Amino acid sequence: MIHSLFLINHSGDIFLEKHWKSVISRSVCDYFFETEVPPLFVIEFLHRVADTFQDYFGECSEVVIKDNVVTVYELLEEMLDNGFPLATESNVLKEMIKPPTILRSVVNTLTGGSNVGDMLPVGQLSTIPWRRAGVKYTNNEAYFDVIEEIDAILDKSGTTVFAEIQGVIEACVRLTGMPDLTLSFMNPRLLDDVSFHPCVRFKRWESERVLSFIPPDGNFTLMTYHVSSQNLVAIPVYVKQSISFFETGTCGRLDITIAPKQTMGKTVEGLVVTVHMPKTVLSVNLTATQGNCTYDLTTKVLVWDIGKLNPQKLPNLRGSLSMQAGAPKPEENPTLNIDLKIQQLAISGLKVSRLDMYGEKYKPFKGVKYVTKAGKFQVRT
Amino acid sequence: MQEFANQLCENRQFGFKMTDSKYFTTTKKGEIFELKAELNSDKKEKKKEAVKKVIASMTVGKDVSALFPDVVNCMQTDNLELKKLVYLYLMNYAKSQPDMAIMAVNTFVKDCEDPNPLIRALAVRTMGCIRVDKITEYLCEPLRKCLKDEDPYVRKTAAVCVAKLHDINAQLVEDQGFLDTLKDLISDSNPMVVANAVAALSEIAESHPNSNLLDLNPQTINKLLTALNECTEWGQIFILDCLANYTPRDDRESQSICERVTPRLSHANSAVVLSAVKVLMKFMEMLPKDLDYYGTLLKKLAPPLVTLLSAEPELQYVALRNINLIVQRRPEILKHEMKVFFVKYNDPIYVKLEKLDIMIRLASQANIAQVLAELKEYATEVDVDFVRKAVRAIGRCAIKVEQSAERCVSTLLDLIQTKVNYVVQEAIVVIKDIFRKYPNKYESVIGTLCENLDSLDEPEARAAMIWIVGEYAERIDNADELLESFLEGFHDESTQVQLQLLTAIVKLFLKKPTETQELVQQVLSLATQDSDNPDLRDRGYIYWRLLSTDPVAAKEVVLAEKPLISEETDLIEPTLLEELICHIGTLASVYHKPPSAFVEGSRGVQHKRLAGSAGSGESVESPDAGSAAGASEAPPAVIPSQGDLLGDLLNLDLTPPTTAGPPPPPSSGMQMGAMDLLGGGLDSLLGGDLGGSPAMGAGFAAPPAAMPASFSAPVSSGLDDLFDLGGGVGMPMGAYSPPKTVWLPAMKAKGLEISGTFARRAGVIQMEMTLTNKAMSVMTDFAIQFNRNSFGLAPAGPLQVLSPLSPNQSIEVTLPLNTVGPVMKMDPLNNLQVAVKNNIDVFYFSCQYPISMLFVEDGKMERQVFLATWKDIPNDNESQFQIKDCHLSSDASSSKLQGSNIFTIAKRTVEGQDMLYQSMKLTNGIWLLAELRVQTGNPNYTSATVSVPDGLCLAFQTDHLGASLLPSLQSDHGFICNSLCFLPFKLLSLSVTQLSCLKIQFHICSLYSSHSLT
Repeated sequence: MIHSLFLINHSGDIFLEKHWKSVISRSVCDYFFETEVPPLFVIEFLHRVADTFQDYFGECSEVVIKDNVVTVYELLEEMLDNGFPLATESNVLKEMIKPPTILRSVVNTLTGGSNVGDMLPVGQLSTIPWRRAGVKYTNNEAYFDVIEEIDAILDKSGTTVFAEIQGVIEACVRLTGMPDLTLSFMNPRLLDDVSFHPCVRFKRWESERVLSFIPPDGNFTLMTYHVSSQNLVAIPVYVKQSISFFETGTCGRLDITIAPKQTMGKTVEGLVVTVHMPKTVLSVNLTATQGNCTYDLTTKVLVWDIGKLNPQKLPNLRGSLSMQAGAPKPEENPTLNIDLKIQQLAISGLKVSRLDMYGEKYKPFKGVKYVTKAGKFQVRT
Repeated sequence: MQEFANQLCENRQFGFKMTDSKYFTTTKKGEIFELKAELNSDKKEKKKEAVKKVIASMTVGKDVSALFPDVVNCMQTDNLELKKLVYLYLMNYAKSQPDMAIMAVNTFVKDCEDPNPLIRALAVRTMGCIRVDKITEYLCEPLRKCLKDEDPYVRKTAAVCVAKLHDINAQLVEDQGFLDTLKDLISDSNPMVVANAVAALSEIAESHPNSNLLDLNPQTINKLLTALNECTEWGQIFILDCLANYTPRDDRESQSICERVTPRLSHANSAVVLSAVKVLMKFMEMLPKDLDYYGTLLKKLAPPLVTLLSAEPELQYVALRNINLIVQRRPEILKHEMKVFFVKYNDPIYVKLEKLDIMIRLASQANIAQVLAELKEYATEVDVDFVRKAVRAIGRCAIKVEQSAERCVSTLLDLIQTKVNYVVQEAIVVIKDIFRKYPNKYESVIGTLCENLDSLDEPEARAAMIWIVGEYAERIDNADELLESFLEGFHDESTQVQLQLLTAIVKLFLKKPTETQELVQQVLSLATQDSDNPDLRDRGYIYWRLLSTDPVAAKEVVLAEKPLISEETDLIEPTLLEELICHIGTLASVYHKPPSAFVEGSRGVQHKRLAGSAGSGESVESPDAGSAAGASEAPPAVIPSQGDLLGDLLNLDLTPPTTAGPPPPPSSGMQMGAMDLLGGGLDSLLGGDLGGSPAMGAGFAAPPAAMPASFSAPVSSGLDDLFDLGGGVGMPMGAYSPPKTVWLPAMKAKGLEISGTFARRAGVIQMEMTLTNKAMSVMTDFAIQFNRNSFGLAPAGPLQVLSPLSPNQSIEVTLPLNTVGPVMKMDPLNNLQVAVKNNIDVFYFSCQYPISMLFVEDGKMERQVFLATWKDIPNDNESQFQIKDCHLSSDASSSKLQGSNIFTIAKRTVEGQDMLYQSMKLTNGIWLLAELRVQTGNPNYTSATVSVPDGLCLAFQTDHLGASLLPSLQSDHGFICNSLCFLPFKLLSLSVTQLSCLKIQFHICSLYSSHSLT
């Protein structure tokens, strides 16, 4: 399993090392893996370590880790034993090692108190390690965000080559005690490819298609899902484009128009078109009917920030591209990357029908929000 | 709040030390000294700060071991944080200060009795990390107690501690009986304890491969499966990896385990998902394929694999490498998911390349259009490596999906038109492979390829192009010029190109000997005399000896039919694939290498095999596999699985690589030939008697100069055979009929092998064939058809195969032919394209018939007519040839030739020479006249002059005899050797004018004709 952990900064220097078995020379970092180990296990664990640092210190950077080196060391000691992950749930860790808050470090400095809990965390051994006991709130609330990202590739003619939806339900649950929640959907049949947070009872999902769970406290990802059936994936915008470079001379032309397609009556916002131009494009002379257009000369990235899409007045960007003199006509066709956002819509049509709570007596405040974004949404030219 | 944050920043800047970064700043010389003082301070707070500084120094790799006694002194404290910090220090430095470490033992032992389970666990955990032998002795008793502790947190920590202790002192662990206690913990009531016990046992088992520690039985499996549902994600990974090593007793147990594992496929942790996939892939081997559940399971496996692809690139890469294995083992899982592997332009290159590889593996007739459209798109991307691989992928598609070959070739041609250098080069490399897979189909593109010759600067592309030029030399007008141009910089080329150039020029020579002697001498000399490369030299000598010893054999060897390349050349070898499937999710699955190949010292590396892997695929399919007999007892399967076939092929080393390297020797026949040659070569090198091949000796004595002499061998020896054939008998025989050769190998025709020859018996042209069924099923419904050909040959009746052809059975069939079929000029002239149909499929092959078969029985010309015609034939229409080593008298020759319908019209004797005047007539009515001179007593002087009547010649002149005929003149060379036609002349040209009127001119094959005789 995992023998040692080395933290390496951007310039490749090791600034922190910790060993769980015999000490391994830091020169192994040149090779990374030397014994048989599941790499996903290691990568997932590293992600968890990074998430934990983020959670504790607000960010995960060399400066922050050096600032909190002892806490980091204590955390790592709790997270891994003999190379086996021990406690990676944030709430369990927080009971054992208190996150540094400004107030606590001041108090500790003054009183000589400790930020290490001296009681065994309850969650550590219960069958619901993700939730600690004795949670108390004055305002009990449970919010769910259904976020869908469209990954799509459209070809020159606007035909969909590939499209799928990556969905995620992010939850923010602040409820007193041990609430047992049930979230049901209007159309659960959409979801045939799902990954759940460990708290979700898989059996009930299999039999009744409802999400039944005792939630962790605070923010967590309840589930991720994947809708790949082509006919279920609506493409919200239509892109009419032509980018051409002339064989002779030193210029090219660009003309892009964007129009709404399947938006289910909602407004498309935050529309941004990004184009990675070939290296030989020196500058651009483009006029946008809406929004700003910038061209970064060093990275050769053209960004057209459109904003809201008005169906009555379609945004258009056109003009000429000037090319390096003498360079051959670029071989590659630049791909357009589209970014967009649609509020109050899950493009797959997924809808939450109700949220019920059992096990506690109070009435929580509940809310569901939907948003659709472009993921890797690419238009080939 | 913002303000507060700013303030905080300022505090930091002004050195208000609230954070730990201050520990990093103390680098002064007296640092250790200062720390020592602080550690021994009376103030608790100062002590803690000092220990923190020590730890901070330690974490950045500074040596603070000198402070050992001072830090250990701080251990006795009720402050948990300070205790933890001291423990951290101890773990790091106990090894370097073993004697001092003993001082800490008492505190550990005391802590193991602490009422707080957290402290008990912490103590036992830390003690296990102190890798000092002396301490381990003291560890045993506390550990034994902790393993039976009432608190599961302590028990699970103790379980891990056993593994730690085993790593330090395995004997001690065994002596103390900890292993049995650990095994008992598998039945613990707490799932986390179970998971940790499994993890510890697995780790110990790794270093003791045969210890049988994880003796899994249905009861323990059941416990593991129960714990699986309740433990943490990491525990699930341990349990799943452990389950994967279990071999279920039967398919029912296998199914029930699969059913309980499938929910893990929906876990958010990708490592859990992949471990579950591993268990399912393994246990699936046990399930009968006709089981409903088998199909259900296949369906369930696809979505989680697809989901892994939406993760971060590094997770995606691991997933893709594993999917690559899964797709090779069970392509049906992802056959409908082609689109998820489509490349996004901003994917990292390692992801792109891996996706591309999987796309090709999934390519089938159903999705090939989509795949090709994508590949074409990729070929215009920016990333050169990726573009190259995309171009190669198009070639692989052509080879894999036959129906798409044409489209792939035209796509490649489009790409060549882009003139992008590296695209052109890759395209040429793959087109070479396409030629190997579909011979005689796409050669029309050679012209386009030749246009790009100058732009090729990579060895692989150059080698591929040279191969193409050599292989198709007869169709490329200026093949000699092209190859010569490469020869100029011979020594600057890479070995790959040199080898290829050598072979190509030898091929060219065998196809067009007249114009290329100099070239072949040049290359042989470059390869053998001016090169330091042993491979090149050896190949050069082999060709040289081959050409000088027996040019006919040389032709058979060098120009032998090449085996077709197989569809998928880069499949992982089946046994390795099986092993890798057992390692899904581990590094082995990413490297695609067995763990033994990279794990240091191969500690605990076991070769894993899929359950019942001995003929697994088939035994599972066989109906009685489900019975209690079990997979291993299933009878050996009749039909070998695809994997086995591939294995065989690999063992035979027949599959040529499609990628790098020069093409290997063309066939096994070739290899055998080469072996014989070597044998002979060794003999001669040892000074053995060279027998009747003085030319060879000469060839070696002074190679380049001797070449021409040695080259007279091909024709004469070929003729020898003919003249010798009936030499002893000296009586008229039937027409010469060459021995049967294999026309259609079984490999190419789903088990049907056809070998055959042509004969003319009693005025009827016959095609004599042996059909052999090398497949496993009965063949019926045979039929045959010819393509249009030069002389209008067509079957005179149906193919008579009356009874079904059972496996391993052969049947002799004689098919009478007539010459009234449609006519079309073939290349070479005597080429015949045949289609044979049976109940399985339609197969195509081409063969060549000896031209002598077409000489009709009424080919005897009237003496007067002969005389008149002979005189009228202009000298231009004459060709001459010399036959060496012919021991036949003129009479014997005459009667022998008559057997092949070559009639002697007159004979006269002039100055000791017998002159025979002969006539023959082709089935299409064209006359040929010949004069044969036999010098009595001198076997080396038999010469023939063949003439064509004037009328024909006129027709030629009115036709486009000039430049337009030149290509066919050149390409027809080599005709005699191929067909083993006895006639000492070669067909020079043939063209079709107005409908089906054929005009033929014969020319003596005058390699080295002696002018003195005319």
